[in-house]
Amino acid sequence: MKEKHEARSTKHGTRNSKLKTRNSNIKGKVWKYGDNVDTDAIIPARYLNVSTPEELVLHCMEDIDPDFAGAVQSGDIIVGGRNFGCGSSREHAPLAIKGAGVSCVIAKTFARIFYRNAINTGLPILECPAAAEGSETGQTLEIELETGRIHNLDTGQTFQSEPYPEFMMGIIRAGGLIEYTRVGD
Amino acid sequence: MGMTLAEKILAAHASLGKVSPGQLIRVPVDLVLANDITAPIAIREFERIGVGKVFDRNRVVLVADHFVPNKDIKSAEQCKVMRDFARAQQLTHYYDVGTMGIEHALLPEQGLVLPGDLVIGADSHTCTYGALGAFATGMGSTDIAAAMASGQTWLKVPQTIKFVYHGQLQPWVGGKDLILHTIGHIGVDGALYAAMEFSGEAVDALSMAGRFTMANMAIEAGAKAGLFHVDEKTQAYVQPRARREYTVYTSDPDAEYAQVIEMDASQIELQVAFPHLPENTRPLSQVNHVPIDQVVIGSCTNGRLEDLQVAARVLAGHQVHRDVRCIIIPATQAIYLEALRQGLVEAFVEAGAVVSTPTCGPCLGGYMGVLAAGERAIATTNRNFRGRMGHPESEVYLAGPAVAAASAVLGRIGGPQEVL
Repeated sequence: MKEKHEARSTKHGTRNSKLKTRNSNIKGKVWKYGDNVDTDAIIPARYLNVSTPEELVLHCMEDIDPDFAGAVQSGDIIVGGRNFGCGSSREHAPLAIKGAGVSCVIAKTFARIFYRNAINTGLPILECPAAAEGSETGQTLEIELETGRIHNLDTGQTFQSEPYPEFMMGIIRAGGLIEYTRVGD
Repeated sequence: MGMTLAEKILAAHASLGKVSPGQLIRVPVDLVLANDITAPIAIREFERIGVGKVFDRNRVVLVADHFVPNKDIKSAEQCKVMRDFARAQQLTHYYDVGTMGIEHALLPEQGLVLPGDLVIGADSHTCTYGALGAFATGMGSTDIAAAMASGQTWLKVPQTIKFVYHGQLQPWVGGKDLILHTIGHIGVDGALYAAMEFSGEAVDALSMAGRFTMANMAIEAGAKAGLFHVDEKTQAYVQPRARREYTVYTSDPDAEYAQVIEMDASQIELQVAFPHLPENTRPLSQVNHVPIDQVVIGSCTNGRLEDLQVAARVLAGHQVHRDVRCIIIPATQAIYLEALRQGLVEAFVEAGAVVSTPTCGPCLGGYMGVLAAGERAIATTNRNFRGRMGHPESEVYLAGPAVAAASAVLGRIGGPQEVL
């Protein structure tokens, strides 16, 4: 991680020292999808007779990308278009994505129930149309969650998403709503 | 500046004189709902919170409807988690095989949701209750777990988009056609994060069943809620069922809407949504030859008595096409019983359709009508995403009960005028 930061820094010469001190930075390779990726695509309902991340991850994205579950690496990033996560309220969707080791989902817009579910289960997600446009499958992104900055290490572009409201950042830091609630106690 | 119906319900619950779109509020909820798919995760998270008891055993509703009667061993085990929890918590409103129905038909029927309520449910179609002048929205299992423990939730006050349907509906055109036409017009994210408020002469003329159908599919436009104002029809539906007080809220004349969309409903034809999004709508007259393998009439969208009556008007005295499996699912036990009494079930069976116990089964490709690769269904359900009813290479077309029933007879997508 450090090596990559320095490489990027030589190329672009900014924010490197800041990045190194951030502990909520994430970095990974992109899996890019289109608009309206629905929760049936993320985890088909025929697998909703189970609910643990370990079981769900085997079928994550199965109907739109049968290769995903077998090839996804820990830290990878999903990039979607408009209305990512539309459809059912199943929390199995972010659980499957998180269980697959995905570190963040970036999309142009998110369906609202999926947005809540992702935050509540501690899966970072960022709404950023420019980053969604400016990322392709296989490229590497580095994300500063605290500031909402997204760096495409392959193209050198930096994108700015809206940072989270403080209480939402708190939920993400705690690892989910339940953890946040208990920490709050 | 006044408030919309949605804003008024939220303001009242937040004990605030006024709320505005974008405002984050913490609110007590009147009812918390989960089903056999979403409850097991909610229960797991609830137990991690460590409060022991739910906030109010009369206000947490659990319904076994998605994969019951248990479709396989894993479903049985999931259901058992919910069953055991409901018993241990002594929940007043737990519905299992024999008393259950599809949740969004069941709760209004049982008088559990009333005008002015704020309801959250771990099911995206919780927005159905907006037909009663309530603010109801879907959430995930963890939000529901937190609300089961605390009786509260947090919400961002949505903007409201007002839809006005002028004129009189054409014969056979119903709530399903209006909402499909609307989603076709604004898109599957056309009301993202917003509340939809339905009004106008054409929706005033709809039965409660038609209004439930419209509110039910607000989520298919990305909406947080879909609301109707309370009128005499709502009161006639609610009054015999209500066992507690309720409040009727009305949008102020000077309420601020993000947008007002007006439509001439008299020009809206019967609608069909093509695969694989509910926004891919076409008027029936523009549908060419589309042969079908299966018809499903039912679901939280269109499994009410009025829907079955429409289907029976088309099917009675006709035969389901020999290449078609026609599956009809009354949404609750009460609807089933009334359909029996009215001779609808007899008409369906004589026509060569099958009639199932209430279940969400085929709508989400669970069981009771799963499609093989290359097969095509027309259904009165709410989603036609890829793989929704089975194999990822199968196709689902959405329509109302009149078109679905006519298609069952024709063996291809068509309208009731072709059959009768």
